[in-house]
Amino acid sequence: MASDALAMLVFAPLIAALAVILAPTRATLPLAAVGIALPLPALWLATVAVLRGETIVVALAGFAPPLGIAWRADGFALTLAWLTFVVVAFISWHARSSFAVETDVGRRFWPLWLVLVASLYALFLSADLFNLYVTLELVTLAGVAMIAIGGKPAAMRAAMRYLLLGLMASLFYLLATALLYGQAGTLDLYQVGERMGDGALTVTALALMVTGLLVKSAIVPLHVWLPAAHGKAPGPVSAVLSALVVKVALYILIRLWFWVAAPLDVAAAALALGVLGAAAIVYGSIAAIAQTRLKMLVAYSTVAQLGYVMLLFPLASSAAFRAVTFHMLAHGVAKAAMFLAAANLLAALGSDRLQRLVGADQRFPVNVLAFALAGVSIMGLPPSGGFVAKWMLLEAAWQAEGWGWVAIVSLGSLLAAVYVFRVVALAYAQPRPAVSVRRPGTSPRGRFHATSLAALGLAVLAILLGIASAPVLTLIDLGLPPALVQP
Amino acid sequence: MTLAPETTLHPLPLVVVLVSLFAGLAIAVLGEHQQRLRTVLNLSAAVVKVALVVWIALIVVGGRVPEFRFPLVPGFDLVLRADAVSVLFASLSSALWLVTTVYAIAYLHRAANRARFFGFFSICVTATMGIAMAGNLLTFFVFYELLTLATWPLVAHSGSRAALQAGRTYLIYTLGGSALFLIGLIWLYALAGPQDFIAGGSLALLGVGPDGAGPAGALQAVFLLVAIGMGVKAALVPLHAWLPRAMVAPAPVSALLHAVAVVKAGAFGLVRLVEDVFGATLAADLGVAQALAVAAAITIVYGSVVALRQEDLKKRLAYSTVSQVSYIALGIAVGGALATVGGMVHLVHQGVMKITMFFCAGTFAMLLGVTRIDQLDGLARRLPWSALAFSVAALGMIGLPPMAGFVSKWYLGAGAVATGQSWVVVVLVASTLLNAAYFLPIVGRMWLRPPPERWPGGETPPRWVVFGLVAPALFTAFCTVAFGVLAGSAYSPLDWATEIVRGYVP
Repeated sequence: MASDALAMLVFAPLIAALAVILAPTRATLPLAAVGIALPLPALWLATVAVLRGETIVVALAGFAPPLGIAWRADGFALTLAWLTFVVVAFISWHARSSFAVETDVGRRFWPLWLVLVASLYALFLSADLFNLYVTLELVTLAGVAMIAIGGKPAAMRAAMRYLLLGLMASLFYLLATALLYGQAGTLDLYQVGERMGDGALTVTALALMVTGLLVKSAIVPLHVWLPAAHGKAPGPVSAVLSALVVKVALYILIRLWFWVAAPLDVAAAALALGVLGAAAIVYGSIAAIAQTRLKMLVAYSTVAQLGYVMLLFPLASSAAFRAVTFHMLAHGVAKAAMFLAAANLLAALGSDRLQRLVGADQRFPVNVLAFALAGVSIMGLPPSGGFVAKWMLLEAAWQAEGWGWVAIVSLGSLLAAVYVFRVVALAYAQPRPAVSVRRPGTSPRGRFHATSLAALGLAVLAILLGIASAPVLTLIDLGLPPALVQP
Repeated sequence: MTLAPETTLHPLPLVVVLVSLFAGLAIAVLGEHQQRLRTVLNLSAAVVKVALVVWIALIVVGGRVPEFRFPLVPGFDLVLRADAVSVLFASLSSALWLVTTVYAIAYLHRAANRARFFGFFSICVTATMGIAMAGNLLTFFVFYELLTLATWPLVAHSGSRAALQAGRTYLIYTLGGSALFLIGLIWLYALAGPQDFIAGGSLALLGVGPDGAGPAGALQAVFLLVAIGMGVKAALVPLHAWLPRAMVAPAPVSALLHAVAVVKAGAFGLVRLVEDVFGATLAADLGVAQALAVAAAITIVYGSVVALRQEDLKKRLAYSTVSQVSYIALGIAVGGALATVGGMVHLVHQGVMKITMFFCAGTFAMLLGVTRIDQLDGLARRLPWSALAFSVAALGMIGLPPMAGFVSKWYLGAGAVATGQSWVVVVLVASTLLNAAYFLPIVGRMWLRPPPERWPGGETPPRWVVFGLVAPALFTAFCTVAFGVLAGSAYSPLDWATEIVRGYVP
């Protein structure tokens, strides 16, 4: 039952994607709705099973590892699958208007969107290194195509850069996979670790893999592709890229580190990753403060927020794992809300130059409110999901006596406050008469248009995560890496 | 009246917090043009809140402590609990919120963006109620931060350059303070584990002390970090600079900031920190109480000296707040039953006095365009009732019997002598002289000088607006007198504070 559910999770959006291509245009939205909604009961069943204490394993075509390939769902995988479902549902609601099916762009968007969703679910469930490679490629390629979907030159350039760097990263990863297979004789995520030994080839393979994944997850200094890609993409695409697509590489990195590489002594490398994370937090935040365009500001905020995830590696405790996983959720929801709100403001104002935001609060209160609420979570202020994550991360850092990490986390949220309030303050500012006379692009949409409500809904969810964190943490606790639980 | 606490599970503390949250959300959703409905919502939420606080007070008088809790972050509960201290602060803020709402409706009867204003106004009071009801330091922190976020839009309300500038200063101070607060909180919990507020100090009860599990240095550092977080909002020197700048906000916001919500929340936090987390004994043993007393004394004198130099009425009042609020911190830091009562009761007394003055200052500015002190000549002939309210509050601030301020100062002074800290009396006398020096000229100008030929400006609003501006001030001025005259009777603020302190100082 539960294993059938896993199949439904992946195949429902995948089949819907094919159906959308074949069926007439008017069937697109109903088909997409089915493909996006069906994973809900599937996730529910799988979660119930995992909460009962099971780990769901599906051997595809009946061949168990090490011969065949498998899907596997634990608390960690399901947590991120839930994030995917929620974010995708809201973004789809937004895309219904922003990628209307009657348009050319809309026709291209929906099949890609469903393929992306299916690949995301498949990736979180994958239990072997090659399968992870394939799904990671699918996610990246779908992402690249969707950045370029509007055909604007700036977006095309950004997509190209993302594609090339992504391909290079994939090559690293693929090479490493081959090396590990040579060492261990299996690609199963949960068997490679015991069999691969600790020879030079193994270490090289892991280093290559980590480097590739750092590129894909845009960790400073390998972040160069992200701001343009996320900043120039259409709104809903930016949202999914920042909320989910970059997280995917971090998910694999965490799996690799705490499951595959657990037997090795990685303390020095872990510290290095932590330092990169700290650099990302500081650099990303300062760069966000320096931006003059709203979407670029939000994109650099992503660069900074991803840095927090990297602190897991030096802290290496179950408390830190909990904190970081929760951070990935909270950031996913809040950042999607922020990008949707930014996209709505951009659409309404005709430009996302920050100076154009003056007086926006009076004309687009719902979107400014959504941005501000999401900002509360991004700053890590209570009550919000971001606060719960920050609290747990500070606690974990304190337990590990990592005073430097404590300082970085505190500094990061202060810097975040600077860029979030910069936007909100501009929206609050009283427009000069000269500006209000011109009024370019006065809202073509009502106050409670679906696009605004999608942003607001996600933002409210980001706040609620801070109040109803208990059930989520129960699920996360069922996905703790064994290596962190034992000591 | 005696209070023997017995905790009972009860949704009331949560309900009292949520009432104004829902009012705030509803007001925001209604939008700008539903003026009548908004006013009804505003006022009924405020009235309901006062009624709920009275209900809670009756439960507490009955010897029970209603409590509501649920897990917030792993291992830590969000605890909303109404003990006697909560009731003191909650009744102050709910009652003053009601009068401030009346005042604000009148004051902003033609302003822009009122839906946004009253929405955040209500959320601000939600946060204040949460602070009053917080049953542990984490819960306190959550609502403390919510208060920061909800007051920023009020300070920056007009959207002018000056307002945004003031909002920015406010954020730099409060968010910087809260970052330190949070680190102190994490440190505290790492030292002593999760704990709720307990009269006499949760740390003392856990056996953590200089000779116990926690090293003195760490505890001192924790106290410092958390006290900085509280001190920013309580405007302790040198963390006070945001307060005078926040004067650009509309008058009802100033009233709220100075008497009900922000500054009070900081002072209330210091009370909780000293009495319910560390406990007066441990705080004195660690030497942190003495340090706090010195900081408060410096703030009292400094605030008054600077107030003396201000020519702008609201600025003078702001520096006066800097000075007066530190009486609360001074009282609890000096310790001993009498001084603690003095500090605690000043929480209420300063509230009613200062809110009266800000109501009046707003009225002067709106009706006559008077904002500077040299423009106040003869104002009593034009606005006798407002001038009367202002004068009563000013005399109360100076500490003239039988006004409320006298009661506070008397207890503070007597307490300082009783604990052998006579230097505090010198501070109090100096402060009283300074208070007289900056308030008496104002009162004198209003009543004794002849009025000018023409007033600087102002408008002539409808009569209900004038009534809405003057009546709240008269009511709070009446409280100023009543709390002083009736200080000895049962359930007066003084009586209530005395009961609280019986739990703190055996």
